[in-house]
Amino acid sequence: MKLSVKIEPRLETSRKLGIAIPVFSLASALLSGAVFLFFMGVSPLQAYSTILRSSLGDAYGLSETIVKAIPLAMAAIAVMLSFTMLIWNIGAEGQIFMGAMATAAAVRYLFVDNHAVMFLIMFTAAGIAGGVWGAVAGYLRARWSVNEIITTLMLNYVAMNLLNYFVYGPWRDPASLGFPMTAPFPDAARLPSFWNTRIHAGLFLALLLPLVFWIVLRFTRWGYEIRVMGENPKAAGFAGMSYLKNVVLVMFLSGAIAGIAGMCELSGLQGRLQHGFSGGYGYTAIIVAWLARLHPIAILLVSFLMGILLVGGETLQIVMRLPLSSMLVLQGLILFFVLGGEFFRKFRIRIFFRGVPNPQPTISEKEGN
Amino acid sequence: MGVYTSTEPLVRMEQITKRFTGVTANLDVDFDIRPGEVHALLGENGAGKSTLMNILYGLYRPDSGTILVSGDPVSFSSPRDAIHAGIGMVHQHFMLIPSQTVWENMILGLEKLPAVLPKRSIRDRILSISGQYGLMVDPDAHIWQLSIGEQQRVAILQMLYRQANILVLDEPTSVLTPQEAEHLFTTVRQMTSEGHGVVFISHKMDEVMDLSHRVTILRKGRLVGTVETASTTKERLAEMMIGQKMIFQIEKKNIAPGRPLLECAAICASSDRGIPAVVRATFSVREHEILGIAGVAGNGQQELCETLVGLREVESGSIHLDGENLTNSSPKTFIEKGVHYIPADRKGTGLVPNMNVSENSILKRYWNRPVSKSGFIDWKEVFSFARSLVSRYSVSTPSMETPVRNLSGGNLQKLMLGRELSDSPKLILAVHPTWGLDVAATKFVREQLLAQREQGSAVLLVSEDLDELLAMSDNLAVMFKGEIMGVLDSPADTPVESIGLMMAGTPAEEALSSISEGGEKS
Repeated sequence: MKLSVKIEPRLETSRKLGIAIPVFSLASALLSGAVFLFFMGVSPLQAYSTILRSSLGDAYGLSETIVKAIPLAMAAIAVMLSFTMLIWNIGAEGQIFMGAMATAAAVRYLFVDNHAVMFLIMFTAAGIAGGVWGAVAGYLRARWSVNEIITTLMLNYVAMNLLNYFVYGPWRDPASLGFPMTAPFPDAARLPSFWNTRIHAGLFLALLLPLVFWIVLRFTRWGYEIRVMGENPKAAGFAGMSYLKNVVLVMFLSGAIAGIAGMCELSGLQGRLQHGFSGGYGYTAIIVAWLARLHPIAILLVSFLMGILLVGGETLQIVMRLPLSSMLVLQGLILFFVLGGEFFRKFRIRIFFRGVPNPQPTISEKEGN
Repeated sequence: MGVYTSTEPLVRMEQITKRFTGVTANLDVDFDIRPGEVHALLGENGAGKSTLMNILYGLYRPDSGTILVSGDPVSFSSPRDAIHAGIGMVHQHFMLIPSQTVWENMILGLEKLPAVLPKRSIRDRILSISGQYGLMVDPDAHIWQLSIGEQQRVAILQMLYRQANILVLDEPTSVLTPQEAEHLFTTVRQMTSEGHGVVFISHKMDEVMDLSHRVTILRKGRLVGTVETASTTKERLAEMMIGQKMIFQIEKKNIAPGRPLLECAAICASSDRGIPAVVRATFSVREHEILGIAGVAGNGQQELCETLVGLREVESGSIHLDGENLTNSSPKTFIEKGVHYIPADRKGTGLVPNMNVSENSILKRYWNRPVSKSGFIDWKEVFSFARSLVSRYSVSTPSMETPVRNLSGGNLQKLMLGRELSDSPKLILAVHPTWGLDVAATKFVREQLLAQREQGSAVLLVSEDLDELLAMSDNLAVMFKGEIMGVLDSPADTPVESIGLMMAGTPAEEALSSISEGGEKS
């Protein structure tokens, strides 16, 4: 008898497995991350406990974790929306930049000394700027099949350099001693923050958006259309749905949400636009969305976990003298294992001895009517 | 080139059997190829021609039977093994890489390539082979720049480059213009004159008569026979291919047709490649009537149906449904006016494989009450609707949450049928509705279509199964190259040979008279 391995598709993925797989993926990632940390010359246990203590150990750490989770959750919702339609918006980073630039422009040119009015202006400007940035790629994709991965990625660099132009050039604060940054925003253009921490009002949007889009995707007609179009555009056309219109709309919304995330980060946290302001939230959001399996509520949870990793990573850098990019390695490992875990969701691996056939009945064989 | 005797076949396949879940694709089929001959493999779609040749090419393993190359039994586990044994195959869809050049494609998958590609010697070899066989093509052109005919030449060259001694061409002319086809035939004749064996898969009688030395006919996976082309006729081949009429009986009530529901006047449409696919098609379908559309695949049936559901632009002509002009309306309008479509491509077009049974059940009604209320979907309603579909159409599924990709072909079709037929449609377009289904599911589908006819729907039935068309249709239209060759009002009484001739392009009057006189058609 010979040992043989067979891979067969799962008919259904149980709920238990649906939770076990990401947990197992995360554990595998941390385990292989431990190997990596070991070779970097630090104790993995110590490193992981430092991460946990610095991010969850006290009120300050916890608040910092939430501060990181806010833009992540919003940007992850943005990319989740397009991913659901199988449109690969890799451009959240650029859309965040556009939203931030629009915010800074609004503060500079349309300033009104009233919190509520200014919030509405900044919100609208950031949404439109990010949205247009996304919709351009969406239109190119839907109309002429231009690969949106490339366009959105390239538009990131355009947005980044546009931002650099403004902060190095016309918008630079004369009082900044030559640093590439705008003048600090006046108070009316700042989001309130709470509990004496850096947690700002963007938190409410970060909590609200996942809920809204969970309802939209799960319970509305439009959400159903988006999911059908993502899974099978041909069937969608056959059912009378318009692909072009919806791709543009989804990419607009996706970009708008990312843009608003940029606005919150800017007016809630940093208070002035500066070079390198986002720190890669738009890219990390892709990992978050996948790890959450594109589930809006799970995105909240995963953003928080990712916040732990970011805050912990900064501490590691200081305490253990690890380069910040070692955190990127950990993030990369997580994404790698999560994508790998997808395989086990759809397939099962059976090991059996050849000569003892024991095939699982498939539906078609059971049918027999 | 070795010495060969014309009696010793290059390849012999004996008693080949291949089953897929629920379908027997080949049953005890014998087939051989002699040096210097064109051996045509004839049969309708689904007769098992491609399966047999894919087995020869190492893509499938037979469940039983043996393959002998020059007398020695072989076992291929991949096309690479087949190529080593001198067997090459050109599929309908060429396995070429569009972004690469002709010469780069030529060495695709070759083993033992040097690290630096000897471009000049590759090009020289291409030019010498293409000169020898009249397969003119620019070695430096990129594949995407070439026409379909030129791409086919590249695919053939690829096989000759690998020194294939036997070349299998899977419906090579279905994508070619007549001139390109003539060119291909010249190449094939050149190859056979040098002792190569060519297998020519086709369902076009004229070409088979013109090109082949022997013909093997398959029907429903079984061998009907192998005959010398010189000693047979087109009519005889058509008969062997189609088989006896009325193998099965279904209960079909006599109902007088009512008012015309679908009226098409001289509609024209183009294929995806911009070539005329439907040419001035004029016909109508009435209440309580099934209009069958016969024809060899790729003669415009698919495009015709797409115009009737708003998925393809009508360039001229008009479509009226129950007196209302719907020419070039949106797909949604067609759905709302009661046109329901059962496409041939179940998983690709009709259903969303990764979504579950209940989500798929509402694809054509998700915007209507009670499933949808003010923009929101009521999943309770959806589940109860799905449950009623599943029980009424006896779809076998573990649950309403099962992704439909896990359902068998028969159950997919039942689910789709249930969805399309559940609100008494005016017009039903059914394209190959029983394709790939087992006997029970086939019967079920046919009964459902007949039930709709009884209730007053007009049914347009596109099929390649002539038995099915003859048993189901009240009228039968035959399509050839986008044109309707004629509409037969008593198809069951028409000789099969005449229908076969019409499918091959003979106008109705001529086809009917030539057979009724009992004479040979020249």
